[in-house]
Amino acid sequence: MPHVTVDGQKVEINGEKNILEVVRKAGIELPTFCYHSELSVYGACRMCAVEVDGMGLVAACSTPPADGMVIRTNTERTQRLRRMVVELLLADHHRDCTTCEKNGMCKLQSLAYQLGVRKVRFGEREEMLPIDDSNPSVVRDPNKCILCGDCVRVCSEIQGIGVLDFAGRGSRTCVSPAFGRKLSEVECVYCGQCVAVCPTGALTGKPEGEAVWSALHDPTKTVVAQVAPAVRVALGEVFGGKPGEIETGKIVAALRKLGFAKVFDTVFGADLTAVEECHEFLGRLKKGEDLPLFTSCCPGWVKFMEQYYPDMLPNLSTCRSPQQMFGSVIKRFYSKELGVRPEDIFVVSIMPCTAKKFEAKRPEFVSDGGVRDVDAVLSTNEVGLLLKQAGIVFDELEGEGFDQPFGLATGGGVIFGVTGGVAEAVLRTAAASLGVDSGRIDFYEVRGFEGTREATVRLGDAEVRVAVVHGLANARALVEAVRRKEVCYNLVEVMACPGGCVGGGGQPYPNDIPARKSRGKGLYRSDKTMQLRSPSENLAVTRLYEKYLGKPGSEVAHEALHTSYGPRRRISGDMRINGATPGALDISVCVGTGCYLRGSYDVIDVFTRLAESDEFIGRVNLKATFCLEHCDRGVSIKVGDKIVTGVTPENAERVFMEEVVPRLPRETCAACRA
Amino acid sequence: MAVAENEMFQRRFDKVNSIIEKHGGRVSNLIAILQEIQAEYRYLPEEVLTYVATALGIPPATVYGVATFYAQFSLKPKGKYIIKVCDGTACHVRGSEKLRYVVREKLGLDDSKDTTDDLKFTLETVSCIGACGLAPVVTVNDREVYGQLTPEALSIILDQLVAKEKSGDGSRRADADADADADADADADVATDSTRAAGTDVPGEGC
Repeated sequence: MPHVTVDGQKVEINGEKNILEVVRKAGIELPTFCYHSELSVYGACRMCAVEVDGMGLVAACSTPPADGMVIRTNTERTQRLRRMVVELLLADHHRDCTTCEKNGMCKLQSLAYQLGVRKVRFGEREEMLPIDDSNPSVVRDPNKCILCGDCVRVCSEIQGIGVLDFAGRGSRTCVSPAFGRKLSEVECVYCGQCVAVCPTGALTGKPEGEAVWSALHDPTKTVVAQVAPAVRVALGEVFGGKPGEIETGKIVAALRKLGFAKVFDTVFGADLTAVEECHEFLGRLKKGEDLPLFTSCCPGWVKFMEQYYPDMLPNLSTCRSPQQMFGSVIKRFYSKELGVRPEDIFVVSIMPCTAKKFEAKRPEFVSDGGVRDVDAVLSTNEVGLLLKQAGIVFDELEGEGFDQPFGLATGGGVIFGVTGGVAEAVLRTAAASLGVDSGRIDFYEVRGFEGTREATVRLGDAEVRVAVVHGLANARALVEAVRRKEVCYNLVEVMACPGGCVGGGGQPYPNDIPARKSRGKGLYRSDKTMQLRSPSENLAVTRLYEKYLGKPGSEVAHEALHTSYGPRRRISGDMRINGATPGALDISVCVGTGCYLRGSYDVIDVFTRLAESDEFIGRVNLKATFCLEHCDRGVSIKVGDKIVTGVTPENAERVFMEEVVPRLPRETCAACRA
Repeated sequence: MAVAENEMFQRRFDKVNSIIEKHGGRVSNLIAILQEIQAEYRYLPEEVLTYVATALGIPPATVYGVATFYAQFSLKPKGKYIIKVCDGTACHVRGSEKLRYVVREKLGLDDSKDTTDDLKFTLETVSCIGACGLAPVVTVNDREVYGQLTPEALSIILDQLVAKEKSGDGSRRADADADADADADADADVATDSTRAAGTDVPGEGC
């Protein structure tokens, strides 16, 4: 067996790709900023440098081990190098550590301390760039970026989006969305995986704690909490616990201490979702329509679909996510039972996720009176902070149970928080509602951490082909395969974050794959101990249907528990093609991906020819635009304020005559035209 | 400004498409595509970059990253005349500083601005153009090379360029100049476009 010597200790090489992993086997953790085992090797930060005999200083992350290598990890040179790297990074870093959102959880801070950097000899960062807090989920502070590129790689490699990239060069290099825009103006789905990997405060979740405190201190508000499944296996980490420890009871007790009037379980919402979605699924399966059915619990995935696959939106389940179903039930129905007006109930959901903050603010989830179904979303990290602010000693709490009626939950709802869980919950519900094989609870086929998993599950006579996918790059590959008809599924569960919600962007640090796996295991453990395991057995759900909703899929259920989606533009911007005459008619032709592929360029050709003809010159301003958000209906154009869809190169001239000509400004000055 | 900007956008959109098509829409040709687009527009407009990203199927942030990495690309509109003052060692010691000062003063460019508001002139500093024997050196549009320049001589050259522009006649010639590399068809297009722009957009005329 080939081996290396690490600080005098012999270590076998057993398929490790780099020195870093071999050194780890010797019980030595090398410091890193830019190394993540699940991302490509970047080798930029040089923190992991080791001395190898005959090679000098090398970056352990990007050097493969070789037989007989003599590696020294803790020499004077490596120590000096690491200190110098940190010192130089700090010189360019906005060092407002005491007031930083990441204070106490920052890798730069902890490594600076650990390596004994007590003084920065190189002055302060001079130029301060603007902070981007334009969106509801993620705050980007470029002044704290150390250019490790973790966010760039996680977004393109794991999520397949590529919102962020390096821009500029030399001392002006920065990580930025396209054209230095804000995240709200580009294709970001707010999954927060960049937040999960960022070693500093450059990318953080958007805090909402203050809004929650105001509500808690407001005597006119009834503040109701709902706690997502993935939070119960992670919050303990904030207080020094291990990932995967089930802390449900303590969380409930802690939230009551904070002053929440009611503490409910989002798992109830998950059970409700499973029941509605199962009904929707079986309906589609029977009719053979709009299959595969894609789950819609994950707001990052939903936004991704709206941006990239608008033509597939009919395949997306219309069910709201558990968070939003819950919010809707509380504001619509529970408010009546409490005798409190919906606007006086303040619903706080406690989520592992940054995208949930965006979801709660979607206009679909605001009722006519401007009342939001969910008023504030706190991430796991933020709740930890709130508890610390209130001085609650988490470890000493006695566990308590959720409030009724929405504290009743089943194991099927609990596993919503881990990849494969939603599919399994729907299968459990389906097995029960089909009345076949109803004893079957565990569907091990859909469990695991592989990026894409598929299974064929027999439910009585029916055979259901299920796929489970996590990480949006995997999801994209799967959707593309479905479109090419290479694969055929009936039900597809998608979670944007690797591991599912347990790996959400709002979870405690380190939020790496081992931590996610432990949290997932915790949820399956919790499921096993539940007395009720199929969502269809949830009596609170049954009662809700009896009292308010009627049956799954009823009109009331659709109104309260379902939603709709629409195409969404990825980036804003227009490109002028021809004419900028004031007062002339504006025509925009969509050149977003969908329209581009359907030949919008040829349509533009026809329009340009017409617009430049003697008859129309100076009367129209022709522009190309990036997405008119009607991607499912062929090439779209906008004439004045009207959107016309289904334009083809063949009918472009007719469309021009029918839609453009009648809207032309009547009197065109002869002098201008001449 | 309005006239100049309008003229700029009048550039043919289909040119972008033919450039992308010529390179087979391959991501590996991104730099060549950007170079040709810049030759067409004199800079890289954001919207065109987004369009390129859409056509190549890559994120706009990646295209932006490439466009901002190389000094040869500009995301800001550049002037019709690009005046490059060499500041390599030889030119520097022989007084390139003074030359830059003259250009800035003559064209009314302060330190924060490298292009005149009418988009006629852009001042660039380059590190060496390999003509150290002629130091200090200034080039105009990479075509005319002026060696052993004094501030006075540069001042006269600038005066001549400004006068040529003012006469109006220079406008078309410069355009043709700038596009000398492009094919004859494109030249004809540009000329028609600029004439047309002048016809429709001169303030105070017509309506």
